[in-house]
Amino acid sequence: MKKIFLIIEREYLSRVKKKSFLIMTMVGPLLFAAISIIPAWLALKNKSQNVVTVIDQSGLFKGKLKSNEETIFKFDGLAEEAEKSRIKSADDHQMLLVIGQTDGKTNPDIRIFGSGNPSLDLIESIENQIDAELKNTQLKQAGIDPALVEKINPKVEINTTVLSDEGEKEGSSTAATIVGFGGGFLIYIFIFLYGSQVMTGVMEEKTNRVVEIIISSVKPFQLMLGKISGVALVGLTQFLLWAALTYALSTIAGTALLKNQEPQKITQTSGAPQDDASAEGSKQKDNTGGLLKELSSVNIPYIFFCFLFYFLGGYLLYSALFAAVGAAVDNQQDAQQFMMPITIPIILAIIVGQFIIKDPNSNLAFWFSVIPFTSPIIMMMRIPFEPPVWQIVVSMVCLIAGFLGTTWLAGKIYRVGILMYGKKVTYKELWKWMWY
Amino acid sequence: MLPIIETRNLVKRYGDYTALDKVSVSIPKGSIFGLLGPNGAGKTSLIRILTQITAPDEGQVFFNGEPLNPDHISKIGYLPEERGLYKKSKVGEQLLYLAQLKGMSKSEALEKTKNWFIRLDIKDWWNKNLEELSKGMAQKVQFVATVLHEPEFIILDEPFSGFDPVNSDVIRDEILRLHQKGSTILFSTHRMDTVEELCTHLVLIDKSRKVLEGSTTEVRNRFKTNRFTVDTKDPIVFDHFPWQPAAINESHGGLFRSSFSLGEGHSPNELISDLIQNSEIHSFHEEMPSFHDIFIQVVTQPQFQNP
Repeated sequence: MKKIFLIIEREYLSRVKKKSFLIMTMVGPLLFAAISIIPAWLALKNKSQNVVTVIDQSGLFKGKLKSNEETIFKFDGLAEEAEKSRIKSADDHQMLLVIGQTDGKTNPDIRIFGSGNPSLDLIESIENQIDAELKNTQLKQAGIDPALVEKINPKVEINTTVLSDEGEKEGSSTAATIVGFGGGFLIYIFIFLYGSQVMTGVMEEKTNRVVEIIISSVKPFQLMLGKISGVALVGLTQFLLWAALTYALSTIAGTALLKNQEPQKITQTSGAPQDDASAEGSKQKDNTGGLLKELSSVNIPYIFFCFLFYFLGGYLLYSALFAAVGAAVDNQQDAQQFMMPITIPIILAIIVGQFIIKDPNSNLAFWFSVIPFTSPIIMMMRIPFEPPVWQIVVSMVCLIAGFLGTTWLAGKIYRVGILMYGKKVTYKELWKWMWY
Repeated sequence: MLPIIETRNLVKRYGDYTALDKVSVSIPKGSIFGLLGPNGAGKTSLIRILTQITAPDEGQVFFNGEPLNPDHISKIGYLPEERGLYKKSKVGEQLLYLAQLKGMSKSEALEKTKNWFIRLDIKDWWNKNLEELSKGMAQKVQFVATVLHEPEFIILDEPFSGFDPVNSDVIRDEILRLHQKGSTILFSTHRMDTVEELCTHLVLIDKSRKVLEGSTTEVRNRFKTNRFTVDTKDPIVFDHFPWQPAAINESHGGLFRSSFSLGEGHSPNELISDLIQNSEIHSFHEEMPSFHDIFIQVVTQPQFQNP
């Protein structure tokens, strides 16, 4: 036993001390944060100002299209043909908007001219403003006060309540989907990341030939278990560091960003009538507040425990197989063909998971969350939807049996493989090794 | 005295292939034991059983009289033919690791490692990664890794390959020093000069079977051909002899060298008394077969193998 701890210690320290571990640990959260923040940042920063000259043949919209930071509407242009030739030679941000004849009841023919394609945002914002104006006109013609319509703005929300033995509790499908898919995806990434680390570690020892010295001191099975456990600890360390750093980073970046965002939200929507804009703003606040509330309805410690269980279980199941592959081959190229059957169920799980998360209590979901090769990912996705306890127990027991089984099997292949050099291995041969 | 290693009827099969076929070997304590045999004869299979890397399918192994078990791991040191340590780890760190795997405490391992670094004058390698060292330097480190835990029984597979003559001598002297301190050495080698120079006992394995075993003197005596070499002042006149000399060569310092095969029933003394009448004798010695010749004879001509 003492020797296994020595091996675990070495496997752990030699990886954690590497520069690449430090870099991954620092870069990972930056990457995660970047993925969530950069699109928002780009949307905010990259706005250019468009100048749109309007020729309004209907006469309905003069002064009704409101300029804002991104778009300036001008109603004092030249004649249509003169404007066109002027815009042709101007830059992309010069546009000509021609609104055709309408009495307010029919949709006018509207065209926009520019030397380049206008952005979708611009088109949408113009369309919205014209729609709103037409709607107002039509309401007025029907004798309805548009301000009254604005005021009538019912908005219902459906609150999910889960009936369980512990009584009724607040649930949330949105939050469950986010947490479930996030957890499943993380497990998917970790299995690949650390499983292949185990494989390259085994291959390194084999090609270095150091393995012969080691297994003259310890049993091959001990070496394999030590390596797998050592890498598991590296994975846990990295995960916890990532979680902590990502949380810290996104909190800092999030607050910094929100401060800039708030006033712009309002100017963005200022084209619409004023009270509409404030309603929009408060609705948005409601949404984010609601999601936060919903996320907090998720049972974090319970999910965290399940995550760790399925993360470790899935990793142990697959890393033993990865270790066997590493032991069986001499180089990376040969490893590819044996990786295939291992990676297929993992990839299948993540694909099937996208459907299962929409219907987490289906038959398909049950079977995929019990079979140990897919259960770490699928069950993790279902956990936030609170599947029956007996299903979780069955799934966990199957997973434990599963990784004991693969470890036993992998141990047999590993034992023979690490001493086998210069021979291309076939599946038939692997089969024979299991019975040596 | 109890042999340090005794194997009884070892059999090892890999699928349909039999790597060892009823091999019984006895390695006397304190010997330098040569394990010889052509490539693929089964030497590595035998070594892997002795080092408990694999288990035999049949037969037993005794270490100092006890059945071989994991407690003996710390008493055996093994230098595999294919050398290798962790390339990206520091030299000092991995020596400590390997010694601890052999069951040494950390402090003891540290002290022993330091002593070896001073002895081999490699102190400044401690914090280097192994991949920064040359092949010969890495070999030295590997040798230290093999003997660091002061094993009673040291298995060296081609220990001199990869060393220049200077370092080769350094390692040879270290091996002999360990032998004098009481370790038993098992050499697996194809280099017959090593066997001639160092070994006290040997075993020859061919095609999975043991074909020859014994002390080097015994084996030589078994294979000697009753040939004698004589250096004389004058060329020998053959007419006076009942037997014919095999060859005559002009030798150093104006002496003449002749070689005689003694037939059945003739003693060296008879030859000498005849030679004295012919010429002045400067030297007379029996031609002993080299292990190189014995090896080739035994492997290529099955009639020389032990029954």
